[in-house]
Amino acid sequence: MSQIEISNVSVTFEQKHKQIEAVKNVSLKIEKGEIFGIVGLSGAGKSTLVRTINGLQKPSQGTVVVNGVDITQATKKALAAARKKIGFIFQNFNLINNRTIAQNIAFALTAGGFPEKAQPKKIDALLDMVGLKDRQDNYPAQLSGGQKQRVGIARALANDPDILLCDEATSALDLETAQEIIAILKDINQRLHITIVFITHQLEVAKDLFDRVAVMEAGQIVEQTTAYRLFADPQSSMAKRLVNRFLDEQLPDEVREKLRGEPGVILTLKYQGDDSLDPVITEISSSTGVAISILQGRIEYIHSNAIGVLAVFITGEPSAISKAVQLFTEKVDMVEEVAR
Amino acid sequence: MNETIQILKANLGQSLWETTEMVLISGIIGIVFGTLIGLALYYYSNRLFSPKPVVNAVVGFIINAIRSFPFLILMVVLIPFAKLVAGDPYTPMGGTVSLSVAAVPFFARIAESAFAEIDEGIIEAARSTGANFWLIFQEVLFPEALPSLIRGIVLTIISLIGYSAMVGTIGAGGIGNLAIQFGYNRYDTGVLISVIVILVIIVQIIQWIGDFLAVHYTRS
Repeated sequence: MSQIEISNVSVTFEQKHKQIEAVKNVSLKIEKGEIFGIVGLSGAGKSTLVRTINGLQKPSQGTVVVNGVDITQATKKALAAARKKIGFIFQNFNLINNRTIAQNIAFALTAGGFPEKAQPKKIDALLDMVGLKDRQDNYPAQLSGGQKQRVGIARALANDPDILLCDEATSALDLETAQEIIAILKDINQRLHITIVFITHQLEVAKDLFDRVAVMEAGQIVEQTTAYRLFADPQSSMAKRLVNRFLDEQLPDEVREKLRGEPGVILTLKYQGDDSLDPVITEISSSTGVAISILQGRIEYIHSNAIGVLAVFITGEPSAISKAVQLFTEKVDMVEEVAR
Repeated sequence: MNETIQILKANLGQSLWETTEMVLISGIIGIVFGTLIGLALYYYSNRLFSPKPVVNAVVGFIINAIRSFPFLILMVVLIPFAKLVAGDPYTPMGGTVSLSVAAVPFFARIAESAFAEIDEGIIEAARSTGANFWLIFQEVLFPEALPSLIRGIVLTIISLIGYSAMVGTIGAGGIGNLAIQFGYNRYDTGVLISVIVILVIIVQIIQWIGDFLAVHYTRS
């Protein structure tokens, strides 16, 4: 049995006599010790779905079984007990503003029935783990965003949970700080074998952190795959859109600006592995007579598996260009025309 | 002038004490019961706790009904009730009864909005630890709402000082009574001015202490 089993879950909200289906008939199995990502645009229902795992959101239909306990049918007491073993970290940290860092963590410990006398030592250990041992008596407002999220993690881990739910936990942070938080989460996952369910709209996170990933669109899971397959070979249109947006974003604005108005087509070519596309490019160029200039080439590593990404600019006769695009489509794993 | 000083000497201490008594007792009753009712209104309206729209609407209606009474009329209407509770309605204790009845719903709305202002995310985080409501109240709702509650307490006390002067007009004592009896009925402008000056000073001091405490308990 999987650690988290979500079966046929739907969540419907009543809003002014209108029914809004935030989650539609979702089924997922998440295994113990894995880092499972759920990606999608905002409003896709990710936050709602993840909240059904600890019962913050009651599904209108379906069951959620966590560690063998049906969260949807649990009594108040059983639900509180289950929540103690499910940590939750939030996009906006959600620390108690008027309580110190130590008091924030003490709250979670008290909620979990941790004896008061032993709390200072536990708080020390938890803050040490996230590198904030000397900030115990500070208030949240005195910390930076990244530090607040570290406190959020320490609080979530207070009662030695076996599951950690993360709701856009890095989305309010700059890229560098987000990487730090991701490193901490990875470390926690490896050392403490805590299952992590992480929802985000940021593909950078997916690339670095996730083992498996589900793509969500309009309340439904449209694709379930590994992190590597998501980037290398996305199947659903939503996954393609997300991955391409992530890859396209990498093309510098200066380059786009320079090519604006010039006739031609920008293509992003994606291929698995780290071998070169040079032969293909030479071949297509000489057989169709188009000029192909390489704008950018790089290799993304997803869990140390390579995906090559190449941006090229094709110029020449319109008919030759479309022939070239056709040939690329046949010979390269994935070809995407970049909007200009 | 001499007469004014004599009147003040003879009556001011007593009047001030009566006002203090009325404001303090009704203030405490208002704050304690108002907080409880405000907390209940919040609890029964927030989706993260236990939304019960009917309970909320009924309690809300009762509060609004009491609050829609102009205080002077509430006071008159409550004379029989004050008699029942305090014996003589025309005493500071009698006045305290109607002041308390006014203070409770007033503070209930203040407390409700102080709790409702708290970021829902913080409540969600608290809920997800498995904490029970009592713990959440002590460790989350109370500290987060405290600055707003303090400002509300200042507002309530200052309003009660004003209302207590009205209680004075029906003879229930206090500093308002002093101003009416001597300043208005006996044309002693000196007494009237003294009372005004004292009230201004008291209100300023309360406001100042309240602001100081509210800032002190806001850690951001």
